Amino acid sequence: MLYDCPNAPNLRSPPIAASANPVPPPHPAPLLVSGLVKRFGSVTAVDNISFELRSGECLGLLGPNGAGKSTLIRSIVGRVAPDAGTVTVFGAPAASPAACAAIGWVPQELALYPRLTAAENLQAFGRYSGLSGQPLSEAVSWCLNWSGLEDRADAPARTLSGGMKRRLNMAAGLIHQPRLVLMDEPTVGVDPQSRNRIFEMIEALRNRGMTIIYTTHYMEEAERLADRIAIVDHGRIIALDTHQALIQACFPASAQVIARFSVASPALSVWTTTHGGSLKDSTAEFAIDHPTDLARLLESSAAAGLELEDLALRRPNLESVFLHLTGRELRD
Amino acid sequence: MPQFLNIARIALINLRRDRFALALSFLLPIIFFAVFAMIYSGHGATTPKISIIVVDQDHSQASGQLVQALKNEDSLRVATGPEVSKENPAPADYDAVSAEAAVKSGEVPVALIIPTGYGLHPISFGPGQPATQIELLNDSSDQIAPQMVNGLLQKAGMTSMPSTMAQQGMDLTGKYIGGFTPDQQKRVDAQIASLNLSLANPASTSRPESSSGAGIIQVHSRAVVGENKPNPMIAFYAAAFGVMFLLWTSSGAAGSLLDEAESGTLDRVLSSRVSMGTLLAGKMSFAVVLAFAQLTVMFVFAWLVYHVDLPNHISGFLVMGLCTSFAVAAFGMLLASICRSRAQLGALSTMVIMSMSAIGGSMFPRYFMPKAMQTAGLFTINGWAIDGFTKVFWRDMPVSALWPQVAVLVSTGVVLFLIARRIARRWDYA
Repeated sequence: MLYDCPNAPNLRSPPIAASANPVPPPHPAPLLVSGLVKRFGSVTAVDNISFELRSGECLGLLGPNGAGKSTLIRSIVGRVAPDAGTVTVFGAPAASPAACAAIGWVPQELALYPRLTAAENLQAFGRYSGLSGQPLSEAVSWCLNWSGLEDRADAPARTLSGGMKRRLNMAAGLIHQPRLVLMDEPTVGVDPQSRNRIFEMIEALRNRGMTIIYTTHYMEEAERLADRIAIVDHGRIIALDTHQALIQACFPASAQVIARFSVASPALSVWTTTHGGSLKDSTAEFAIDHPTDLARLLESSAAAGLELEDLALRRPNLESVFLHLTGRELRD
Repeated sequence: MPQFLNIARIALINLRRDRFALALSFLLPIIFFAVFAMIYSGHGATTPKISIIVVDQDHSQASGQLVQALKNEDSLRVATGPEVSKENPAPADYDAVSAEAAVKSGEVPVALIIPTGYGLHPISFGPGQPATQIELLNDSSDQIAPQMVNGLLQKAGMTSMPSTMAQQGMDLTGKYIGGFTPDQQKRVDAQIASLNLSLANPASTSRPESSSGAGIIQVHSRAVVGENKPNPMIAFYAAAFGVMFLLWTSSGAAGSLLDEAESGTLDRVLSSRVSMGTLLAGKMSFAVVLAFAQLTVMFVFAWLVYHVDLPNHISGFLVMGLCTSFAVAAFGMLLASICRSRAQLGALSTMVIMSMSAIGGSMFPRYFMPKAMQTAGLFTINGWAIDGFTKVFWRDMPVSALWPQVAVLVSTGVVLFLIARRIARRWDYA
């Protein structure tokens, strides 16, 4: 499905040449993933993924549940040993002390000590990362402020609301002021208000120039937060580019027309093909460049004797891109 | 489907999916049954034997017959000298001093000293009769053994010395009714000689089914251990129950590892600068401190309420407390690293801890158990810990005497921790 897009973006990072010089480049990329493969039994969770992260960018990993996003993240963190491929973080191999120090991981699970207060949780994870004394106190204060939990600093984590726990979970991943932040679906299970609060936190990080990978299966989140978006499916990155470039690559037209008819008939099939659309059951889909094209379609359908039940005009989005690339809905 | 059936069905599915817990839920009662059956039945139908030392200072016919009768008792294991070994191929027999030392060290619960002159008056039929007392040295932590030995001693007196009893009876008869005619005296002498002859040939002697008339042998009991202790068994039980609950505590504390693995916290911690070895060491340190604090509270309570002499045994308590805490903490880490869920940990720890506690003497003293089970107790933390605490609080032994217990408990802790670390590699990476 990767290459059926007429203007498929270049998904592959520049080939990583085997260098005779072992000295790393002066400014190594925040993250370089090359040919990464991870299998669990007969299931290939990560299937030959390669990409490079640019300094200061926010990369959204968009894909349905089970696509392999979390395994990819855990491979980068060093919690999954890959079967093939390499991961380097600012030039250091994954799981090395330097890579661990550079990465801030926000796991999908609420990985907190429930009986410890918010501040105590942050102190604990700060100490795990080697902080102590004044730097630790300052880091805790910054995290509490960043997550908006200053007034709940002394509340046990288990007594916090779901949204607050999520924010604390994020703060714990940033306590050591990492240079690369990996967020694995940080908005899972939170209400819209809390989600907006989390978006604001992430945008604050972006404004500080932090490099971020953000996994989600919500396209709105990827559209709002990510500079580039990698669409992941069945363990592979099937598209990687900016939001607009992805849509432009798959949908050169400016809008989509979705027309649902009363019955699926051979006449409908012929008519759809004639106008360059695609048909699924009794719903035809077209790409148009100008709204005036819509009137032409409607007249033509009436002339063909087709009974139109519903009509929608929409701009293509990431959902459309995913559907176009995989033939499935993003939340299938 | 009614809701209660649905709930029951879900519980059943949960149990079925956790096969280890499922297996243990059926194995547990069988294993417990087997362990307790072995302890109580002695692996067969044999009665647990009491080991005693007998020192015959008299070397008379009567004392020899008594010693032999005691040796013939099924429920006694009589030693007159140390066992032959490579280091000591011809050991000298026990004397009064070495026998007392053996009781004090816990080697045997009872020693009998048959004094010189015993053969002159081996038995007595009542007050006013001359009798030589046998000295019974005992460890007062064992309330049963001295009473059993005393009873068996009376039985042996009744059955082993028929000629002596007959002679003494004739003497009393002669004293109170004016003596026998020469012909009667001749028959009495022949009968006594016949009794002596039959005793020399045990195969022709039928043993009496039961004995009665206890008290014909005069016994003077003396507790050589724990004589002045206000509550003889409290120190023992403080150690015995303490160790058992320490095992539970350590198992529970180590279980936090499983909680953290389940919640994802373990993953997050291991993604930082913390290694699995460091994490386990940290968890174990906490378990050691917790276990030692628990033991301290227990012994302070025993000191305040039951007057166990803690202040005069601080150094021994510290040594044994820390070594025991170290071993049980490592044991807890091992259990937690083996198990995949809290349910498994609960089932496995119940099985192992209860078995170890039963075999190791936390539920009742090991000296009540058959010899094989006593030996099996040496493969438990409980057994070594209780032995060590008993040395400290009961036998008043110096800290230097604790080296076997210290060596075993510390090396056990180290080995268990290393095994736990190896098993915990499964958490290192997916």
